[in-house]
Amino acid sequence: MTSNSFFQIALYVITLLALAKPLGWYMARVYEDEPVWLNRVLAPFEALIYRASGVNPKQEMRWMDYAIAMLVFNLLGFLTVFALQSWQAFLPFNPQNLPNVSADSSFNTAASFATNTNWQGYGGETTMSYLTQMLGLTVQNFVSAAAGMAVLVALIRGFTRRKADIIGNFWVDMTRSTLYILMPLSLVLALVLVGQGVVQTFSPYQSVSLVETVSYEQPKLGVDGVALQDAAGKPVMETVKVKEQTVAVGPAASQVAIKQLGTNGGGFFNVNSAHPLENPTPLSNFLEMLAILLIPAALCYSFGMMVGDTRQGWAILAAMTLVFVALIFVAVPAEQSGNPALAALGVDQSVNADQTGGNMEGKETRFGITNSALWAVVTTAASNGSVNAMHDSFTPIGGMAPMWLMQLGEVIFGGVGSGLYGMIMFAIVAVFVSGLMIGRTPEYLGKKIEAYEMKMAAITILIPPLVVLGGTALAVMVDVGKSSVFNPGAHGFSEVLYAFSSAGNNNGSAFGGLSANTPFYNAMLGLAMLFSRYWLAVPVLAIAGSLAAKKIVPTGPGTLPTHTPLFVVLLIGTVLMVGALTFIPALALGPIVEHLQMIGVASAK
Amino acid sequence: MIKHLQPAVILFAILTVLTGVIYPAIVTGLAQLLFPNQANGSLMTDSGGKTIGSSLIGQAFSDPGHFWGRPSATGPFPYNAGASSGSNLGPTNPALADAVKARIATLQAADPENKNPVPVDLITASGSGLDPHISPAAADYQINRVAKARKINPEKLRELVQNHTEARQWGVFGEPRVNVLALNLALDVLR
Repeated sequence: MTSNSFFQIALYVITLLALAKPLGWYMARVYEDEPVWLNRVLAPFEALIYRASGVNPKQEMRWMDYAIAMLVFNLLGFLTVFALQSWQAFLPFNPQNLPNVSADSSFNTAASFATNTNWQGYGGETTMSYLTQMLGLTVQNFVSAAAGMAVLVALIRGFTRRKADIIGNFWVDMTRSTLYILMPLSLVLALVLVGQGVVQTFSPYQSVSLVETVSYEQPKLGVDGVALQDAAGKPVMETVKVKEQTVAVGPAASQVAIKQLGTNGGGFFNVNSAHPLENPTPLSNFLEMLAILLIPAALCYSFGMMVGDTRQGWAILAAMTLVFVALIFVAVPAEQSGNPALAALGVDQSVNADQTGGNMEGKETRFGITNSALWAVVTTAASNGSVNAMHDSFTPIGGMAPMWLMQLGEVIFGGVGSGLYGMIMFAIVAVFVSGLMIGRTPEYLGKKIEAYEMKMAAITILIPPLVVLGGTALAVMVDVGKSSVFNPGAHGFSEVLYAFSSAGNNNGSAFGGLSANTPFYNAMLGLAMLFSRYWLAVPVLAIAGSLAAKKIVPTGPGTLPTHTPLFVVLLIGTVLMVGALTFIPALALGPIVEHLQMIGVASAK
Repeated sequence: MIKHLQPAVILFAILTVLTGVIYPAIVTGLAQLLFPNQANGSLMTDSGGKTIGSSLIGQAFSDPGHFWGRPSATGPFPYNAGASSGSNLGPTNPALADAVKARIATLQAADPENKNPVPVDLITASGSGLDPHISPAAADYQINRVAKARKINPEKLRELVQNHTEARQWGVFGEPRVNVLALNLALDVLR
């Protein structure tokens, strides 16, 4: 790794941590309904929204009502995205006359965007009309993120309230997340991105003339649309000359901004943020990466403020950051070391002032190795899933880092809201385990952790591995699952494992070689996303309700402090133990064996 | 559940209009006002007003007298800016080594005297299939071929490449790179 590589990584991590406090402070005030500057502009508007929808913002909900409100709201989003895709050909804002999307693909995408996963089974510019992109996908980018933040805030209230049976109003938490946090940040980011070259227009795709004519061969079709064959039974080929290039454009910047800030990740174009019109410059790349982890990191500070002890938030942020930085230094050197198979062909993969070198298959020149590998770690630490390079072409170890980050349960920063509530579940398990070790009743933030909380926390921690490993096992046993695999050997298994790790943890990134737009994968991955989102969010709200009803225990000499370096280590240990014990056998069949094969071939030569 | 249906439907409708109509409309309006060129794809026009490319989207080059860009995996032809795509070939896939071998052979056939190792970005497909850039090393590798095809002094070409080399943004971000289309357009004017 070069000194510039270290510098770019350090600059990223430092900027991220420096922004966590001011934004975290602001968000805590928004959720606690304290005055913020934007009130002047937005408060009347907010009141109008509540009046129109018949919501009394002062009336709070029990946990079950809160959960039902969230589920009903998400169901509406799911149905809308499904309907928009199914009928987009009959609807306006479809300048390319794209056809209706198939039912299984529509189901998958609707589940994907309602659950904040944003797995892309489709290619954006060849599938979705502008109307579907805006009214369906952009809207879900906002509200699925806001729903995650709302569940987190409800959980925090569970810790701060004593002997209460209500944990907040879902409609208010969601509206405030959208109005005060996601929209203003997105508006600013979108405009900066346009300044860097991200497109934002309602015009149809643009035609530009090419400097050199490109010709290619394709099978000649008869008048009946069937490929013609010659006397020997070979297809007749015709040469096509291309003199113009069609450049896909559209309202991309507005969607890209919220796709990153809301840890959504569903791209406007097929190749997501590798596309030069979605991520044109190294600066746009830095800002998009920053936007991915900004809110998840800042929410840790908000959490500390809201529970009345900012050290609690810093401890969780420290645990997340340590695992995150460690995996950056797994992925970047792995990619920089290049591909031995290419080295054997005499390719220059060295890094020097004139080239980035390394494993450049599937990467963009402007990002090079450092920013591509860093992005891969950032996007899978968060449950974002957008990519700026093709993860399928990463080296085995470079691809394992993002895969394992997803398998850890999306708690190293994780999704907006969902990452932190997932990490709090691990904190509950950590205090329980250490409570057993020292023989005390476990407590967290003044609340006794008892059997009910432990059962719910165990559910949230065990569901994703079950979905991931069960789904992968099923897919590699049946022909419809295996026939979608693109790369041969162990890498093919990695493609399937990656897909279920992504869907089963609501990330959305992919090893893109897998042909996942089939009825089998659309259905399986769609179900995986739904299970992993709601079977986690509902138990989390149940814990919130149960904790709110408890009294607050004063800290005594037997209380395990949860803001110390010792607790940070305990928390990391809990996350890693669960993640490692559950997934190392599966990883051994995929990336680990592929790595050994790759270096084995190299040393044999 | 019924009591939640009314607020859910109305609030969903309001937020849909807000985030799915008003928000993209505001961004589009401001973008078209502040950055009209970027917002529409950074298109370049020649003196006659003809659109000759986007400064952010690469094009396919195979003429020995032009600099070549990254291999592109888009279908059905390379650099199809209407359907972006990477190759998704895994590192141990034999198809990747075969493709790289063929690309090296093509480069060497066009420039038999050049025995230097080929810079990796020149023989690996980009992530988008539309990468407008190559590394300065990949441009340097091609200078002798282009100079010979055009019968011009390689030193003059070296200077042109240097003038088209972009440093890291703000001296820090990303990697140094050469925009192939811009370089070739300048090359064609040179003639």
